[in-house]
Amino acid sequence: MEHYLSLFVRALFLENMALAFFLGMCSFLACSKKVETAFGLGVAVAFVQVLTVPLNNLILAYLLKEGALGWITPALAKVDLTFLAFILFIGTIAAATQVVEMAVEKFAPGLYSTLGVFLPLIAVNCVILGGSLFMQERDYGFGESVVFGLGSGLGFALAIVAMAAVREKLAYSHVPAGLKGLGITFVTAGLISVAFMVFSGIQL
Amino acid sequence: MSATTIFGKNERKALIGPILTNNPIGVQVLGICSALAVTTRVDKALVMTAGVLLVTMLANVAVSLVRNHTPGSIRIIVQLAIIASLVIVFDQVLKATLYELSLELSVFVGLIITNCIVMGRAEGYAMQNPPLASALDGIGNGLGYGIVLIATAFLRELLGAGKVLGFTILPLVKDGGWYVPNGLMLLAPSGLFIIAGLIWLLRTVKPELQEKD
Repeated sequence: MEHYLSLFVRALFLENMALAFFLGMCSFLACSKKVETAFGLGVAVAFVQVLTVPLNNLILAYLLKEGALGWITPALAKVDLTFLAFILFIGTIAAATQVVEMAVEKFAPGLYSTLGVFLPLIAVNCVILGGSLFMQERDYGFGESVVFGLGSGLGFALAIVAMAAVREKLAYSHVPAGLKGLGITFVTAGLISVAFMVFSGIQL
Repeated sequence: MSATTIFGKNERKALIGPILTNNPIGVQVLGICSALAVTTRVDKALVMTAGVLLVTMLANVAVSLVRNHTPGSIRIIVQLAIIASLVIVFDQVLKATLYELSLELSVFVGLIITNCIVMGRAEGYAMQNPPLASALDGIGNGLGYGIVLIATAFLRELLGAGKVLGFTILPLVKDGGWYVPNGLMLLAPSGLFIIAGLIWLLRTVKPELQEKD
């Protein structure tokens, strides 16, 4: 239990996807003009992340790893398909995003209209693929992958909402002409990231 | 067909444009994730540039070749399949030739799949243009990405570790030299500050790129 808790906190703060690894920067910068949209995107990313990381974990364990195909026939026990991981992961992610989109549209039309275009775009968000690739690289088990997916997804949501809150205030300040828009957003993200580095001192 | 029609104005624009005036990172805001994470050392930046350049070019050619046979509703998944296959090839080659570097780049090679430059150019350019122009557009965008990446990595490695590509340029104090390294440069946020500076520079030189309120 303690192990899972520490993994969760680490994924949420110490190894925050957006502010420590800079994954999902494109949507992080593009969709953080308003807190409302940022919150919608953050929740959607967290949801898809919780779904796809464990799913990819199962695919990796029962289809791709060396010897994973042994359950079909013993003759396949030596097959190692890990090199196919990228294409299968991205396939799972695209499919899961599609299913989530349809489910949300059917059962929660209110949420669907809030999230709108962001839902399909999640398929090509680096946070999602990055989560699955970290899961593979660090060799997480199924339980760990659920916790990691939840932590990293919520971490992204936290970061993008914080960013949007700062940017809403920034709209009223005088920024040098060349730094307007993209430039100042980068500086802001950098400063938030420095602030998040205080967590790196936590021993877990 | 004479040489001018093969390499006409459109093709030249496709190749040269993205390097400065239409830079993927500075102007189109594409592919920022990896630009920040792999720029602590110049050699990492060079490998990432090579990967993105090759994948963007080949994906553009492939997408452009099948553009008239791809139904609009499934084009994204077709593009993703093409890109993912190319990235797998690059990843395997990298693991076979530069194993240690591939370990340090860890997930970021795989993340070329979701690098917005590759998808963005495939969707935004290769779907409407013939293969040759698409290939040049891919090379141009790869180079534009690479210039920002290598410039950032150069500054970070030089100021953070006193080295460029592993060769000592500024001898460090701890090795008996005079340069006190700036530790911030090796930490993740410095990439954001340096790229913000580069964007500022680019937009001061070319004021027409500045954003209006």
